[in-house]
Amino acid sequence: MNLVLLAAAAMFAAAPWLIMRAPQEATMGLIQKIFYFHVPAAFTMFVSAFVSGIAGAMYLFRRSARAERVCAAAGELVVIFGAIVLLTGPIWARKAWGVWWQWDARLTITLVMWLIFVAFLLLRKYGGPGSETLSAAVALFGMANVPFVYWSVNIWRTVHPTTNVVPSLGPGMREAFWWCVSAYLLFYVALLAARMKLEEQRAALDELHFEVGAE
Amino acid sequence: MSRRFGRTRALHDVSLTCGPGEALALVGPNGAGKSTLLTLLSTLGRPTSGAILFDGRSAAAWGPALRARFGVLGHDVSLYPELSARENLTFFGRLFGAPDLGSRVQHALASAGLEKRADAPVATFSRGMRQRLAIERALLHGPDILLFDEPFTGLDESASESLIARLAGARDAGACILFSSHDFEHAERIATRVARLDAGRLSWLSGSGPLRDRYRQAEHRDSPQL
Amino acid sequence: MKILAAAWLIARKDFTIEARSREIIATAAFFAVACVLVFAFSLVREGRAPEGVAAGVLWIGIAFSGTLSLARLFERERAHDTLRTLLLAPVERPAVYLGKLLAVVMLMAAVGAVLLPFTGFLFDQGVIGAAPGLALVMVLGILGYAAVGTLFAAMLGRSRSRDVLLPVLLYPMTVPVLIAGVRATAALLDAAGPDWATARLWIGVLAAFDAVFVTLALWTFEAVMEE
Repeated sequence: MNLVLLAAAAMFAAAPWLIMRAPQEATMGLIQKIFYFHVPAAFTMFVSAFVSGIAGAMYLFRRSARAERVCAAAGELVVIFGAIVLLTGPIWARKAWGVWWQWDARLTITLVMWLIFVAFLLLRKYGGPGSETLSAAVALFGMANVPFVYWSVNIWRTVHPTTNVVPSLGPGMREAFWWCVSAYLLFYVALLAARMKLEEQRAALDELHFEVGAE
Repeated sequence: MSRRFGRTRALHDVSLTCGPGEALALVGPNGAGKSTLLTLLSTLGRPTSGAILFDGRSAAAWGPALRARFGVLGHDVSLYPELSARENLTFFGRLFGAPDLGSRVQHALASAGLEKRADAPVATFSRGMRQRLAIERALLHGPDILLFDEPFTGLDESASESLIARLAGARDAGACILFSSHDFEHAERIATRVARLDAGRLSWLSGSGPLRDRYRQAEHRDSPQL
Repeated sequence: MKILAAAWLIARKDFTIEARSREIIATAAFFAVACVLVFAFSLVREGRAPEGVAAGVLWIGIAFSGTLSLARLFERERAHDTLRTLLLAPVERPAVYLGKLLAVVMLMAAVGAVLLPFTGFLFDQGVIGAAPGLALVMVLGILGYAAVGTLFAAMLGRSRSRDVLLPVLLYPMTVPVLIAGVRATAALLDAAGPDWATARLWIGVLAAFDAVFVTLALWTFEAVMEE
């Protein structure tokens, strides 16, 4: 696991160099470079939301402690990566659109997903006993909500650069972009594993508590 | 089986069986796990480890039909205060699929001693009246597995006597009864066996002599010697 | 006993209680009206409301008062531990969810029936012309909101701080319902006459949301309610 973390760290260290070397985008100039961090973070956030939702369903129906840990860890990471997306987005938007915030489909869905998983964390923290089960259902419902938020906001209004930006990236930009996506995903896997390990150790500690307490 | 809630272990390797015609009393201090045990047995919860079998089959294998065999009385009365005694009984009776409901309800109201107040809202009832009604509610559909949590709460002497008679009658008719109680004298008169729960661990109080003395001995034996 | 019969029995019991106390309908309707008034005070300039805000105000009233109805309806089941007895009934457990969902939808629809003409009156919108369409949008929107709300309120019954957590969980989760409900209502209240094409699009979103979330809630109810 440390290897994954190390690889992710190395990739992050190399990323600025790649991003710097990538050609400047014609209309946006320097500000376009935020894209190399913004989009991979958003990508990772949605991956994490799906991981959390599927693990939540598995916990509900199989009661596996492992699925519960994945659900909780991935839910926390949605909030962290979502925060990165929601911070870097407006910086770009201010320059590109002249405003900090636009009620565009992708912005709104990111905000809504972020709020759902903040609510998920609030439930886990303040819900008291039994909130693992409840929060697993919230993660599952949050996942199921993605297409609906997207669909509804998409009909409502769309100004965001469309997804066909990615395949149309010029040489130099493309490599830097996928490099960053891989770095983010590796980093995500490392964080998820670390978080799960923490929970496993906490469970093992509880086990020891029981054994000592049972004497 | 065991049951945990996060860091607290509510039940610790509890193992018991209860056959037809048996009445099992659970005694022990507050928070010992008596209510948790009854919750798990009524299939409202699932043990963290271990299994609960009814006639050798799990609750999942039985399906919802199993629940018609349960008569459950929780720590609260589970009645709607806005509805009358008759409406409460009719509602739950229909939900639990009790046959020839009209006469059963009439009979239940009579044995709860509530015939005169049958159409008054439960909100106007005293604690004892509610408890009597709650007992009738739990027994209305003719269950043969009775799970009663502190059934004597709020009952006066005569109501306690009639509950003892009811439970002993059900026991002799082949029901399996598990109940928790703080009252050793009452427990003793119904129970065929008595188990003591303390901090999630179950031990049988065997031997003869008054239950109170056996309980004290067990308590003394388990307490750390300083 | 069949699922639908048990669900209907549970919902009818809730109607009987509500018909006797009228507590939820009275407080929720008053609260919804108060919400609309607060928005009217904050939006109306020089004696006139800006155009197109009526739909939004209406749905805020429905969503806020809906939380109130949900919380009270489940508080009644929690107060004397009756929800556990319902779960012990020898029917498939989702019947309990369906029964409560039906009760929530009926209560919220009753509040909506008061709120819609009131909002139309205050914001000078003719609601009569598009009444059937508006009724459909409201029923579908309320069903979607209640589908998620009923499951969450039921499962929060055992939770600490359930009063705060219900809106915290419910509002972000029902964003699509609110967007679709507001847009469909706005399309039907359009000054140039009801815009049916747009409304149909949104009604489709609402219907799909309802179908998916009712199914999901029925599927997870038993697992979620386990202690």
